Amino acid sequence: MVQVRLGGTLQSYSGGRSTFEIEGANIGQILAGLGEACPRLKPLLEKGVAVAVDGEIYRGSLLHPVRPDAEVFILPRMAGG
Amino acid sequence: MPLDQTAKSGTPFSKVGTRPLRPDGLDKVTGRARFGADMTAPGMLIGRVLRSPHAHARIRSIDSSAAEALPGVKAVITAADFLDRQDEHRDILVNVMAREKALYDGHAVAAVAATSAAIAREALSLIKVDYEVLPHVIDVEAAMRPDAPILHDNMFTSGVEPRPSKPSNVAARYQFGHGDVQAGFAAADVVIERSFRTEATHQGYIEPHACLASVGSDGQGELWCCTQGHFMVRDISAALLGMDISKLRVTASEIGGGFGGKTTVFIEPVALALSRKAGRPVKLVMSRAEVFRATGPTSSTSVRVKMGVKRDGRITAAEAELKYQGGAFAGSPVELGAMSAFACYDLENVSVIGYDVVTNRPKQAAYRAPGAPMSAFAVESVVNELAERIGMDQIDLRLKNAAKEGTRAAYGPTFGPIGLIETLKAAKAHPHYAAPLGPNQGRGVACGFWFNFGGQTCVSLNINIDGTVALAVGTPDIGGSRASMCLMAAEELGVSYDRVRTVVADTSSLGYNDVTDGSRVTFASGMATIKAAREAVKKLCARAAAIWGIPEDAVVWEEGQARPAGPNAGAFPPLSLREIAAMAPKTGGPIAGHCEFNAENAGPSFATHLVDVEVDPETGRATVLRYTVAQDAGKAVHPAYVEGQLQGGAAQGIGWALNEEYIYGPDGRLQNPGFLDYRIPVASDLPMIDTVIVEVPNPGHPYGVRGVGETSIVPPLAAMANALSAATAVRFTELPMSPPRVLHALEARRMAQAAD
Repeated sequence: MVQVRLGGTLQSYSGGRSTFEIEGANIGQILAGLGEACPRLKPLLEKGVAVAVDGEIYRGSLLHPVRPDAEVFILPRMAGG
Repeated sequence: MPLDQTAKSGTPFSKVGTRPLRPDGLDKVTGRARFGADMTAPGMLIGRVLRSPHAHARIRSIDSSAAEALPGVKAVITAADFLDRQDEHRDILVNVMAREKALYDGHAVAAVAATSAAIAREALSLIKVDYEVLPHVIDVEAAMRPDAPILHDNMFTSGVEPRPSKPSNVAARYQFGHGDVQAGFAAADVVIERSFRTEATHQGYIEPHACLASVGSDGQGELWCCTQGHFMVRDISAALLGMDISKLRVTASEIGGGFGGKTTVFIEPVALALSRKAGRPVKLVMSRAEVFRATGPTSSTSVRVKMGVKRDGRITAAEAELKYQGGAFAGSPVELGAMSAFACYDLENVSVIGYDVVTNRPKQAAYRAPGAPMSAFAVESVVNELAERIGMDQIDLRLKNAAKEGTRAAYGPTFGPIGLIETLKAAKAHPHYAAPLGPNQGRGVACGFWFNFGGQTCVSLNINIDGTVALAVGTPDIGGSRASMCLMAAEELGVSYDRVRTVVADTSSLGYNDVTDGSRVTFASGMATIKAAREAVKKLCARAAAIWGIPEDAVVWEEGQARPAGPNAGAFPPLSLREIAAMAPKTGGPIAGHCEFNAENAGPSFATHLVDVEVDPETGRATVLRYTVAQDAGKAVHPAYVEGQLQGGAAQGIGWALNEEYIYGPDGRLQNPGFLDYRIPVASDLPMIDTVIVEVPNPGHPYGVRGVGETSIVPPLAAMANALSAATAVRFTELPMSPPRVLHALEARRMAQAAD
């Protein structure tokens, strides 16, 4: 199981809950599991989010492997100028 | 692709880190470079756009019959000529051409294509638009009031529980943070709370938006345009026009500045629709006034910041409330402003709330580190005031609280290796920081952060028969990136810089490339170039092995040559890249390397800025005396262009701080849509801007590269405000700090002193 934390804004879609234990070996599996655990988050997750794994931000790598003890943080999708 | 530890441990680069001339330099200084407006085609028509004179109005009807009857007019289009999409492109569609309502002064409502500019202009005057003028709102605070005119009846604030029952102009509420800020403030010895305002500023690129579109009767189209992302232009234009992506080929011209403002579409779908209707090529070029009225400036903002500190300099709590208006559509950069606001600090207790607000202004577009300069202006101003109140040096206070590897960022995750402390130490050690100041002079410091991004990237690297190298990238060059790509390819291949030529390929020549944004190109296209070069090297070694009749793994690539290596490889003289290339047609055909990937782990960049200003007490005019930027580049591939990015960000930030602002009349119309009345800095306004490149390698890139293009505009607003405040003993909380505003503040201070 991977401990997944939500950024503050996303918590408004999870009833204020900030941490989930999710089964998954890569980012895509974790996002799918998070959507199952919290259906209200599903549209946002499908629209696109960024995922910080051990401090490194991924925006488009659903297949990136995630260790069970990794720090996983779900962030809004971001873009620059 | 992780950091190459041999590079990290000091293995010298032979090409990377040098300062050769840029390959596009001669074209640009001689006028040979072709920008967006330089393209022509046989039978070309001239396009013009009719724009709303009202800030907010219902469009009852549009009668274009008289315009269509005018000799020389070949097409007139309105919103009806685009697909009425309700998907993720809806806002872009409505911004490109107004539908039920005009939402801001300058909003496009119709367009014509004619055989001359004069006929096109006359045709615009013949189009009759029946408007019902509606109440409008320009100011972000006013737009949030319950009685404000509502722009969109279907806008219900997201991020709020329970869902609001009424529509409003607040598109979304965002929140970040951790810890207990109330407990943090209770533990503080000094707490400061202030409110700040910034005005909307335009990216100010010198080249207006321009394009040439040609759509044939077979439905196939070509588009030449100035853009930061021609693949994005292709995909969005095809979607709005109902075209297959494969039927539209887009070529990016040279670009006269973008700074984020050319990461979306404005006129490109309009030109394509006109060309499709007229059956002839159509050229559409914006005037400067159109650029100001109808393309994205950044947000104007209202920000409140509260911070507490112990007397020993430890910050105990930080809180901010950000309100950003992003024009007539949702999507202001407040979320990024909120996430970056306190990113420079290691805080146990932090809370940031942001509101994304719509107003009757043009749809904002990204502007260099979108959202971050405004929140940094507020936060870094309060940090300086905290330092003053506890009698601590302004750099020492920042060093005591600086984010570092292992710090949990205010926006959530834990930082890896970052270089903020190194930039602070570089600034403190710089002679600038110890230089004496004269009367009416002050020194300001501020720090800044930007995330940096990667993204989808493709390159193609071909070995020519003469041993030169043709590199095709898909990311428009807005800051000298072609030179950096040449350096990285040359480094990997072991050839000289001038043996590599990099071009920006069109959309039919490469796979999808994300827009040039997020400070991503030297990082992402650079990494793709390294990967492609390494693939080519592998093929070069394989070709040499085949020629020698030895196993591929018995060949190594050293200094631009294949050499046999290992005990059983045999004693063959080395084969250079040039020799292998010359034999290629008869030994297996062309040799190339490719890379298609999604770059991640861009690695954030931090900066510290120092500035000295002198304020004329009689006029309120601020003169920038000296400016120094220290920024982490990870590894500077072409140091001169890194320095250029640092200097350019500082220059734009100085303009934002001192003079630039969108000024609206009571009718909601923009009053200053031109460079005479919207004042960007010119060379005589600026000192030489000194730079210090700090190199803390990014573990996500083989050379350690971090993007540098955006961070440099984050600190200047606050650095300037802190300098002016030090020079005048007045705390400035509103931008721009133009002479009238500064003079007013100085007079208020004099009157207060006289009253005492």
